[in-house]
Amino acid sequence: MIATPTPPRVVLYEGPGAEPMEAANRRELFARLLDRGYAVTLAGQGSSATPPLATVIVLGRFHGAPPAVESAEGAVCVRDITGEAVEQTVEAVEAARGTRQMNRPPAAAAATGGETWKPWFPVIDMDRCTNCMQCLSFCLFDVYGVSETHHLQVENPANCKVNCPACSRVCPDVAIMFPKYHAGPIDGAPVSESDVTREKMKVDISALLGGDIYAKLRERSAEAKSRFSRERSADQALAERRRCLKKLADAAAIPQEVLDALPSPEEIQRRAAEAAARAEAARAAAEAAT
Amino acid sequence: MTDLPPNTTHDPQPRLLYCRCAYAQVVPEDVKDEVLAGLAESGRAFEAVPDLCEMAARRDPQLQQLASEAGPLRIAACWPRAVRGLFSQAGAALPKEGVEIHNMRTDAAADVLAGMQAASPASSPSGDTP
Ligand code: SF4
Ligand code: SF4
Repeated sequence: MIATPTPPRVVLYEGPGAEPMEAANRRELFARLLDRGYAVTLAGQGSSATPPLATVIVLGRFHGAPPAVESAEGAVCVRDITGEAVEQTVEAVEAARGTRQMNRPPAAAAATGGETWKPWFPVIDMDRCTNCMQCLSFCLFDVYGVSETHHLQVENPANCKVNCPACSRVCPDVAIMFPKYHAGPIDGAPVSESDVTREKMKVDISALLGGDIYAKLRERSAEAKSRFSRERSADQALAERRRCLKKLADAAAIPQEVLDALPSPEEIQRRAAEAAARAEAARAAAEAAT
Repeated sequence: MTDLPPNTTHDPQPRLLYCRCAYAQVVPEDVKDEVLAGLAESGRAFEAVPDLCEMAARRDPQLQQLASEAGPLRIAACWPRAVRGLFSQAGAALPKEGVEIHNMRTDAAADVLAGMQAASPASSPSGDTP
C-alpha cells in the first residue's frame, strides 16, 4: 500500500435543483480532472453511481442557493459553477483540496510541481496462483508477503522497481501480471499454452545460469570485486560487472537501472536468504493448514 | 438533497466505471478520449477514475465500495484478468457474475461504448471481454 492519502473525490451533480452542463463542457471537465488525478462522479440523472467516501467536492449549476450536502464519510465542499469556464472550475477544485498531498499523473505533476509515482507493481491472477512462493523467494525488495491465511500477497507495491517485470518470469504458472507492461501475457492478456511452456523455460534458463539468478549475481559481483582489488581500477571493475550482468538482465528482462541499483553482494545474500526463509515458512504453514 | 448521489441502491441499471489510465499510456489516447466523450455526453450517471492501478496500490476504499455494492457493474479499462487482479489487490475481489469488463486496450471505442451502454448484459457468463 502506498502512503499517499486518498485524493478528494469530485461529484458533478445534475439532479433535481441543478442545471445539466453542456455535453462538451462536461466531457472537458471530466478529462481535465481525471488527468490531474481526481476521481469524478456524474450524479443525478438516473443515478446508479456510488455514494462517495472520503473528502468530496460537489459541483453543480444550482437553481438558487447550493443545497446542504452530507456524504457517507469525510468533509464536503459545495461549489456553484454556474457561468464558470471549465478551467476556472478545475482551479477551484485544486484550491478546495488545499494542502492535502496527492499522487499526480506525470503530466499534471510536471505542470503543478507535484509528486508522481508510476503505479508499477505485480498483480496476482488468483485463478492461476498455486501459492508456490517462488516470487517471494526471488524478490529482494519485500514486495511480496504472506497473508494471515498463509497465501501469497503483494504487501508493499511501492517497493517494486518501476518497469522491472523480472518476478513475472520466475512464476511457473504465469500468474504475475504488470498491467502497465507493453506485452502479453504479462500485461494481463489471456495466457496461452505456449506462454506457459515459455515461462517454464525461462525459469529453467535462470536455473541454468546458476541455481538461482541472485546466486549468479553474487558470483559475478564477487568476481568483479576480486578483479577490482587486483587491478585497483573502479572503472574497469564496474565495466566488468555491467558486462556480466547484462547477460542476466537479458535472460530475466531486468532493466539495467535496476541492476545498477542493486545492493552490495553481501546485502543481496542476506536479503535472498531472508526471503527464502519466509517463503519456506509460508509454504510449511500453508501445508499444515490443509 | 442530503446524500450524494441520490437513488443509489435499487437502480436496476448497471453501474458504469471508466478508467482513464492516466499514469501510463497503455490505453490508446484516442480510444480512451472517445469512450469518455460518449459516456459524458450521454448524461447518464457514471464513475470515472484516473487510474485503477494507482487506486489498487493505495487500496482505495472506492474499489471496495464498487465491488461490494449490489447490481451489475460495467467497467471500461483494459484486460479483464488485470482488472480483476487489481480489485483483488485492493482487497475488493469482483464477483464472478454481474461484472462486464470492456477492453480499451484492444477494442475500438465504438465497441466499448456499445458494450457499456447496451440495454442487455453481454452474453458470456462473466461478461468479460474478450
Ligand atoms: S510464483 Fe506465481 S504461482 Fe508461485 S506464489 Fe508467486 S504468483 Fe503464485
Ligand atoms: S486498469 Fe488497465 S486501463 Fe486502468 S490504469 Fe490499470 S492498466 Fe490502465
